Amino acid sequence: MPTSPARTVRSVAFVDGVRTPFGRARPDGLYAGTRADDLAVRTVRELVRRHPQLPLDRIDDVAIAAATQSGDQGLTLGRTVSLLAGLPRTVPGFAVDRMCAGAMTAVTATASAIAVGAQDVALAGGVEHMGHHPMGSGAEPNPRFVVERLVDGEALSMGATAENLHDRFPALTRARADAYGVASQARYAAALAAGQIEPDLVPVAVYDPEHGWGLATADEPPRPGTTLEGVADLPTPFRPGGRVTAATSAPLTDGAASCLLVAEDVATELGLPVRMRMVGFGYAGVDPEVMGLGPVPATERALQRAGLTIGDIGLFELNEAFAVQVLSFLDAFGIADDDPRVNPYGGAIAVGHPLASSGVRLMIQLARQFAERPDVRYGLTAMCVGLGQGGAVIWENPSYTGSAR
Amino acid sequence: MSTAPRPERVAHARVRDVTLPRRLGTLALVTVDNGLDHSKPTTLGPAGVAELTEALQTLQGRVRRGELAAVAVTGKPWVFAAGADLTQVTAVRTREQALALGRNGHAAYELLHSMGVPTFAFVNGVALGGGLELALSCAYRTVSADVRALGLPETGLGLVPGWGGAYLMPRLVGIERALEVVLTRPAANKPYGAAEAARIGLVDVVLDAADFLEQSVRWAADVLDGTVRVERRPLDDEGTWTRAVARAREVLDATVAGSRPAPYRALELLSAAREADRVAAFAAEDDALADLVMTDEMRASVYAFGLVSGAKHPQHAPDSALARPVTRVGVVGAGLMAAQIATLFARRLKVPVVMRDLDEERVAHGLAAVRSAVERMVGSGRLSADAGARVVGSVAGSTELSALAGCDLVIEAVTELLPVKQRVFAELEQVVGPDTVLATNTSALSVTAMASGLAHPERVVGLHFFNPVAAMPLVEVVRAQETDDAAVATGLDVVARLGKTAVPVLDRPGFVVNRLLVLLLGVVVGAIEDGTPVEVADHALDRLGLPMPPFELFDLVGPAVGLHVLTSLRADLGERFPRSPGLERLVAEGTVVVLPRPAPGLPRRVDPAIQAVFDAAREHPRRDTPLDGQGLLDAVLTALTVEVGHLLDEHVVPSADQVDLCMILGAGWPSHLGGLTPLLDRTGYSERVLGHRLLPPGTADVPQD
Repeated sequence: MPTSPARTVRSVAFVDGVRTPFGRARPDGLYAGTRADDLAVRTVRELVRRHPQLPLDRIDDVAIAAATQSGDQGLTLGRTVSLLAGLPRTVPGFAVDRMCAGAMTAVTATASAIAVGAQDVALAGGVEHMGHHPMGSGAEPNPRFVVERLVDGEALSMGATAENLHDRFPALTRARADAYGVASQARYAAALAAGQIEPDLVPVAVYDPEHGWGLATADEPPRPGTTLEGVADLPTPFRPGGRVTAATSAPLTDGAASCLLVAEDVATELGLPVRMRMVGFGYAGVDPEVMGLGPVPATERALQRAGLTIGDIGLFELNEAFAVQVLSFLDAFGIADDDPRVNPYGGAIAVGHPLASSGVRLMIQLARQFAERPDVRYGLTAMCVGLGQGGAVIWENPSYTGSAR
Repeated sequence: MSTAPRPERVAHARVRDVTLPRRLGTLALVTVDNGLDHSKPTTLGPAGVAELTEALQTLQGRVRRGELAAVAVTGKPWVFAAGADLTQVTAVRTREQALALGRNGHAAYELLHSMGVPTFAFVNGVALGGGLELALSCAYRTVSADVRALGLPETGLGLVPGWGGAYLMPRLVGIERALEVVLTRPAANKPYGAAEAARIGLVDVVLDAADFLEQSVRWAADVLDGTVRVERRPLDDEGTWTRAVARAREVLDATVAGSRPAPYRALELLSAAREADRVAAFAAEDDALADLVMTDEMRASVYAFGLVSGAKHPQHAPDSALARPVTRVGVVGAGLMAAQIATLFARRLKVPVVMRDLDEERVAHGLAAVRSAVERMVGSGRLSADAGARVVGSVAGSTELSALAGCDLVIEAVTELLPVKQRVFAELEQVVGPDTVLATNTSALSVTAMASGLAHPERVVGLHFFNPVAAMPLVEVVRAQETDDAAVATGLDVVARLGKTAVPVLDRPGFVVNRLLVLLLGVVVGAIEDGTPVEVADHALDRLGLPMPPFELFDLVGPAVGLHVLTSLRADLGERFPRSPGLERLVAEGTVVVLPRPAPGLPRRVDPAIQAVFDAAREHPRRDTPLDGQGLLDAVLTALTVEVGHLLDEHVVPSADQVDLCMILGAGWPSHLGGLTPLLDRTGYSERVLGHRLLPPGTADVPQD
């Protein structure tokens, strides 16, 4: 009788990640004339260019996410991006969708394949050109959702679910949300000035016949100099007399982000850096009407599986779909609104949220913070997902020098 | 045809600032863009040059104010710039205007040279002529790996690289390479690809297409901060320069032979580029350009260029909707021509092809010919192994006529004997459906006669391919007396899908190309029969700059075939096509009529030894004053003029420009002659012989007013 092959779980290393500068999803936005798949191609090319010691034929899979999988985001992005980026034709690829957690899911899916020993090296990322693909465009929700009252009609409007969170938790006031949104802008501006943003960006050539070629080198959505006074009187577009404003929501955004995941032993073999080590992850469902709560049970699940507690987490990269949604997470875990461990570079309210790409943006920023903070051992990336989900990934800092904990 | 130039498609100069990495400052990126998609490449006309000048002047001001670290030029997606707008060039009426054309281009490009900060060309697509010279005017050049057309084709269009190319190219890549770029490649119509251009130093670095512009900006930054240093080759020494120019002049004398001025003017400019200063060299370019723009040769070249580019849509053709679908093709015969035709159909139409011949041996031979042709294409990389396997797999052979039963189109390529071809068609009609188009590849027989006696003569059409089938771009699509529009439309459609240019012609002996070429050969051998020495005869047409001398042409078509067509045309068209006992003797004895090629690129000359064969076979006495070279040239041009007159009177083609199209694509006649009729007009032959011009004034020559 043949003996069963040994089954061991291997450590998965986050080697590097890059993203495009983010653009405003508008007809006059940075990427109005640029294809979504081309954005993803730029990130893949930059990753392999930054690590010439990685033989391209060692890449075992390319997973690229998008919330809308049609048009310039159609045709199995992972495969098309791989071909367009000039990777060897022997490298396979696939497309991923878990709405906003697309890139995060691309990471956890490929990391799982690496962990069980099915693969060694994977590229994982996501792209969303919300200018070309407004959220939910082309989708035909089943009438049963509404007729059979499976889901409240408002659950399909993300802004409405954010308002619902304000309703459920009266302690989450507009004032707290406004303050959080203003702080996000300020933290992003400070990080930009400190040179903590630019190193992870890959410039993107943009073209339109009216202006010719240009080069996108910086994020377009942030609004530096945003003040509390400036946002106090903004309208609440999702509900008359509501609390959620443009200043406390992530703007509609175009952009792409990708990362390189490698089995840690293979990274060592190839001389690739290990910037983060995956500890574990979790996904969880919540009521679609309060989808912003999703990160809470997802994080609890991830912590429990990893045998950690919230107190072990030294850095948080939380996707800011809405300020209220981040605040609900902080309240759930007893963390202060202005805790410096949370989104130290600012978040999606400032930089933008190109849906299926944001998960990897969180990881890219956490990796940079890990390098700056050898005193921190564990970090968390987490995000909410439309229709009531949350996702969370816990990472370990290889630069950690503190006493074992 | 219309002689009014279309309005200039203005190349706009769009400028955007790009932030360079590493705090290196701002790069101003100029995009030259006519605002149309890449199928209409950007060209530079007067308005475009003016817009570029203005944009660069503005940038120079910003450089002076210290706002810029670098300036770069690029083009719209997949196109850098395809050169000067030729339709605007031919609108020029005076030498003064022509001079301004050169000067304005120089003035614009010199702004890059004198910008005051490093300048870069990001060559993202086709860069030809004035487009490549725009890149040469920059200090550094990147090129996208997918670019396949870089070059200076001007001498092929009757011009010189007059926006700096003649001076800058030899100084950049060395005189020998520059001569290749300026003279050899245009003559062979072979531009450079990106990798090759980098090898000769025409561009500094090849970058992948996937993120070409991003990496070009990064490379520019590397140059600016010294990470990358670009070495320039030293100027070639005087001896190298002189020797290379002398060698090039020898090749010109042997090939161009004074037939057109442009290559010589280019050679003069290149020759002087070593010693001349920039100002004087550019002034000389301006002068050469002004002179050449005002030559008939240049105008004829642009006419020819337009004719060939416009030929994708044949004139006077039946509605293309009448074309029948062709999903299976039969070829009758498995000889050399048949195998070539079968290969072409299988490769381009991608449909099953059946070759039918009388016995197994011939069929096997034909299939072997297909296989070896495919192997050659795969070996040279023109065809992938899979595509080659598909071609081989889709050509079948059979000795059974019934194998052709399901074909939508059957083309015969059997012996050039009318009764044989008639029998083939009669047999075919027994097995194919009533709609099957029957085509013949005859070069001189009557298609009408071939179709007579058929139940459905209306489906017979001529598809006259030229040898070698794979290389020659022309197919004469012959309408016989009974041929219906559907058969002609199917023929035109198939030819277009084969990647060839179709010219519809009426069924008259020899159609257009063979009738004129064989007439020319007939007049030449006729003169020899009358006493003109073979070597004088062989050189008599040198001044025209034809692709090869008459005896090399004889050798290429095969003396037996040439004689056969000559005899057949004389039978049909009369004594204008002379009889030559000397030629008959040469064919009978299988004598090779030319000497070996002395060097690549040089013509094969007549073997003087065949003089004795002519002398021995001569049946009538020499004339007392046989034609000299000049006299023979006159006789040839006169005969060609008469024949073009007949072609038009017989409506073989509806207009003179179709004669030119046939001669350019079917015989390789040069563009500076405009094919043929511009030559006959500008030398006065058409007016003298026919009493009228063949083309309206100004169509293919400098308008006189």
